[in-house]
Amino acid sequence: MNMPFTMPALAPIMPEIMLVCVALILIIVDLLYPRNRELLSLFTLFAGVGLIALLFKQQPASTFGNMFIVDPYSIFFKVICLLGMLMTTLLSGRYLEIEKIRNGEYYSLMMFSVVGMMIMVSGADLIVIYLGLELMALSVYCLVGLLKDDVRANEASIKYFLMGGFSSAILLFGISLLYGMTGTTDLAGIAKYCSETGIMSNPALITGFALVISGFCFKVAAAPFHFWTPDIYQGAPTSITAFMSVAPKAAGFAVFGRFLMVGFPELHPQWGTIIGFIALLSMAVGNIIALSQTNIKRMLAYSSIAHAGYALLGLLSGTSEGYSATMTYMFIYAFMNMGAFAIVILLCSKGNRRESLEDYKGLAKSNPIAALLMLIFMFSLTGIPPTAGFIGKFYLLKSALAAGYTYTVLIAVIFSAISAYFYLRLVRYMYMEDPSEEFVVQYSPGLTAALALSTIGVLGMGIIPGTVLNIASKSLIGF
Amino acid sequence: MFNQILFLYCALVIISTGLLAVRFKNPVYSVLSVLVLFFHMAGLYLILNAEFLAAIQVIVYAGAILVLYLFVMFLVNLRQELKVERFIASHRVSAITSAALGICLLAIIPSFKLGAKGAYPVERIQQLTHTKAMGFELYSTFILPFEIAGLILLIAVIGGLVLARKEREEGCNPGTDTCEVKK
Repeated sequence: MNMPFTMPALAPIMPEIMLVCVALILIIVDLLYPRNRELLSLFTLFAGVGLIALLFKQQPASTFGNMFIVDPYSIFFKVICLLGMLMTTLLSGRYLEIEKIRNGEYYSLMMFSVVGMMIMVSGADLIVIYLGLELMALSVYCLVGLLKDDVRANEASIKYFLMGGFSSAILLFGISLLYGMTGTTDLAGIAKYCSETGIMSNPALITGFALVISGFCFKVAAAPFHFWTPDIYQGAPTSITAFMSVAPKAAGFAVFGRFLMVGFPELHPQWGTIIGFIALLSMAVGNIIALSQTNIKRMLAYSSIAHAGYALLGLLSGTSEGYSATMTYMFIYAFMNMGAFAIVILLCSKGNRRESLEDYKGLAKSNPIAALLMLIFMFSLTGIPPTAGFIGKFYLLKSALAAGYTYTVLIAVIFSAISAYFYLRLVRYMYMEDPSEEFVVQYSPGLTAALALSTIGVLGMGIIPGTVLNIASKSLIGF
Repeated sequence: MFNQILFLYCALVIISTGLLAVRFKNPVYSVLSVLVLFFHMAGLYLILNAEFLAAIQVIVYAGAILVLYLFVMFLVNLRQELKVERFIASHRVSAITSAALGICLLAIIPSFKLGAKGAYPVERIQQLTHTKAMGFELYSTFILPFEIAGLILLIAVIGGLVLARKEREEGCNPGTDTCEVKK
């Protein structure tokens, strides 16, 4: 029997292929020039900037039998992931030196994980989404364990690996149920089959759906699937924590959104309630437990759980207004969180990581610029105007309110007010306490660039808020 | 009817050996119970007319991967189970949660309805032979997932190397005995 085969179009997947090539070249470069570490970060920066430029030129298309879709929605999230990679690269240079991480594979692994994210974001088939997710997660597991002498880092890596494997199993079980019920793994195909046969309210289908949602919630660190977050954020190398809190989270939300919007639009009344519950629980857990933290990385971990809750408010409404609010929020969150982590890395020095909140006491006296920047990022994370955080939260709450979730919005505002306590406590420490130890931070070119980029992002989007939201809402046309 | 009995037998053995693999204190016993599990997985594939997968399951998993596990076991001389602090303090909470999830999953079984048939019903596979059908599908329809899976294996190799490699102090040549290896 003769089987026809046509070569699928490769143009839509070109950015991913190129990133894989660069990542492989980096490994060879590291082998040939083992002493030249700057070369690797320069390569990564160029690759990131080049790919972002390439992504803006990409036309909407689909390839591999509609398994891989390039649309403005996926391009938007790919840009966030690449931005996360760029900023992490800028942050990494000095941090790697201090912590004596000399692995040339650091940047390659980061790139592979971004490739995984880009595949996830573009995947329209559950198999592709799952494999992209594994590619992303596997690279991050390795990155988390890079501080081999540090017991906490080892614990974090093993925990992340086990919990990640477990959540993948749950996700896969959900996918297998969906596949068994509908006979397809294509998201659009699932939606079509379900609306044609009317099995939407079948308990088995809903269970499969719920299991997949649980898997995604694990990836975006939403409660009650958040237990891994604090330990792993604290144990991982700080630059990787910054990366993890931005890029994989954005990719997770992209898949989450596509799954809900393309796969199960008709189930909205049911999943609206579930997502609302998860969002509120995440905000409660994140904001309340963060109050009692004394380690800045741990505090930011709980804050990241709370922010996952806020971002879910946009998905909750199920409207394109809500989705564009979530997209805008992930974009803004990338800048403000990267900025906060840049300050954490800035304070870190050889033999003294200065990760305790106590270390921030009196920072304004010894290092006024660092304190001022941290103040801006903390204001933005709290959601105080004129920073971008306020704009992001405003759109999210507005979209949820427009969709009729009045009480959810009310509780979200209350939790947001609670969060002000621990963000502003850091500001009080910096400005109103006496320093326990005098030290002057040293800026490196990379850190300065990262700080400048995130400050411009946070203030720029706070003062001129329309642009990103416009792009986000435009990218939803035709969804 | 015969198929159903065979399936039930395989499923029961898979579940029980899976549980045993986790419960055994001696790691060698665990590996051996996983071996039994893999053979019964191959049996399941045979029931589904997937003889190629069944052969691969036996050759690759039972033949290669498990032997590798056993080698590692012998090399690190792991007589006793490693005692690790529990990740989650309360055993009861996890037991209740998993029991609830288990009951939920059992409760939905009656409402499970098989979805649309794919392009490969049993007759077609029998006529085409399974190996050929799978080879064709893998390299045409599912070429993208196949390639991504290849990339995942590459990451596994790189990641394994990165994490297992010993860090050396600066200014010493790898390979010389005098080189001080940093723990």
